[in-house]
Amino acid sequence: MFLSKTSEVAAAADTLKKAVQSSNSDPSWIMHHVLDSNSINFEPFGTIYLPHLQLFGLDISITKHVFFIWIIAIVLIVFALIAAKGYKKSLVPKGISNFLEIIIIFIRDEIVKPSIGKGYESYLPYMLTLFMFILLSNLFGLIPYSTTVTSNIAVTAALAGISFVVTQYSGMKSYGVLKYFKNLIPSGMPGWIIPIIIPLEILGLFTKPFALCIRLFANMIAGHIVIFSLLGLIFIMHTIYVAPVSVGFALFIEMLELLVALIQAYVFTMLTALFIGMAKHSDH
Amino acid sequence: MLTVFSLSIIAMASEGGGSLIDVNPGVIFWTVVTFLILLLILKKFAWKPILTALEQRETAIRESLEKAERAKEDAQKVLDANQANLAKAEEESKQIINQSRAYAEKLKEQIIQESKENAKKMIDEAAAEIDRKKDAAFDELKNQVAEIAVKAAEKILRETLDNETRKKLVDKYIGEIGKN
Repeated sequence: MFLSKTSEVAAAADTLKKAVQSSNSDPSWIMHHVLDSNSINFEPFGTIYLPHLQLFGLDISITKHVFFIWIIAIVLIVFALIAAKGYKKSLVPKGISNFLEIIIIFIRDEIVKPSIGKGYESYLPYMLTLFMFILLSNLFGLIPYSTTVTSNIAVTAALAGISFVVTQYSGMKSYGVLKYFKNLIPSGMPGWIIPIIIPLEILGLFTKPFALCIRLFANMIAGHIVIFSLLGLIFIMHTIYVAPVSVGFALFIEMLELLVALIQAYVFTMLTALFIGMAKHSDH
Repeated sequence: MLTVFSLSIIAMASEGGGSLIDVNPGVIFWTVVTFLILLLILKKFAWKPILTALEQRETAIRESLEKAERAKEDAQKVLDANQANLAKAEEESKQIINQSRAYAEKLKEQIIQESKENAKKMIDEAAAEIDRKKDAAFDELKNQVAEIAVKAAEKILRETLDNETRKKLVDKYIGEIGKN
């Protein structure tokens, strides 16, 4: 918490020049810290410039967020492998395994099992990976010099897209493609209403992942913008006396962020599980 | 797909005020690729072993609980059987004691009866014997008295009396003795 705070103060300080230069009203320095970029700033130690890549005309440059996604993935893999190793010795886990087991059992028994129902086992690895990845991404945003990858809408869109594909796949797998689309229309509808219902239902298919994407993105970016804005007050108002208030409020928001990080990971996973469950049992 | 599409529309529409909702396809690409690789690696090397271990443990716990339950039932059964046996044995012993008590009682009665009879018999015998002895003694006494009397009479007769008187006297006495 404290480290994180100092980093943000440092981050704010390094943009002091920019803030002052742009007549104190330009918010672009906040955007600079929230947005993706092609370099990783380790002020005051230096800056790492990341390579630009092209694939079939698509710009797949390694950006700051991509870099941190990889770091998160590596941390997660190491963490999970250590936890998995703990089970080789005995069935009763210790340390990291124990901690991870709490999360795994929570996801299995509280989210996946009740939401998806029969055949939930095959979705468990995906749900666990999803939850751990989002949780770690959210928490990474609180580490100094790190960045919140889930505050990039492209990242949340990708996650929501995967969730969408998994949802559709689960529906089609349990009913077959044709029957699945037929099930989208609620039974017992009068004939004349069907032309209205079909576009609505199709729209409904896509609003679900869209909501997932926007919810996570907005929640994660909002806290950071609020924190930067509170700290920015010090520089905008040109007085040191506002600093205790700013830092106090920023600390409060940071605490809230810690909570939000957990809640948003839970909500994303929970809703994905629910959508899968709905798609799997859509005939009632 | 549509999500991305609609997001791009929003991003384009609000291009002027910062590009917060600017969707970078490269980042989407890398996120999907990273996530899928992450999913594959974690599934193979972490979730599978952990979930299997969890399941194993749960099965083991369930089985041991069931086993314990069964063992408890068995123990209860054995206990019940033991108790039944004990009760039976107690019943039996009580019966045996009762039987033996009754037998002893009967035996006692019998022995007492027998001994009473014996005693009575002995008393009777003794009485008979006494009677017999008394009779014998009396007879002997009678004989002896008779003998003595005869002898005395003989003596007296021999010494004092003449034949006639003697005869009268002897007859008289003998008659008297005979009356006795």
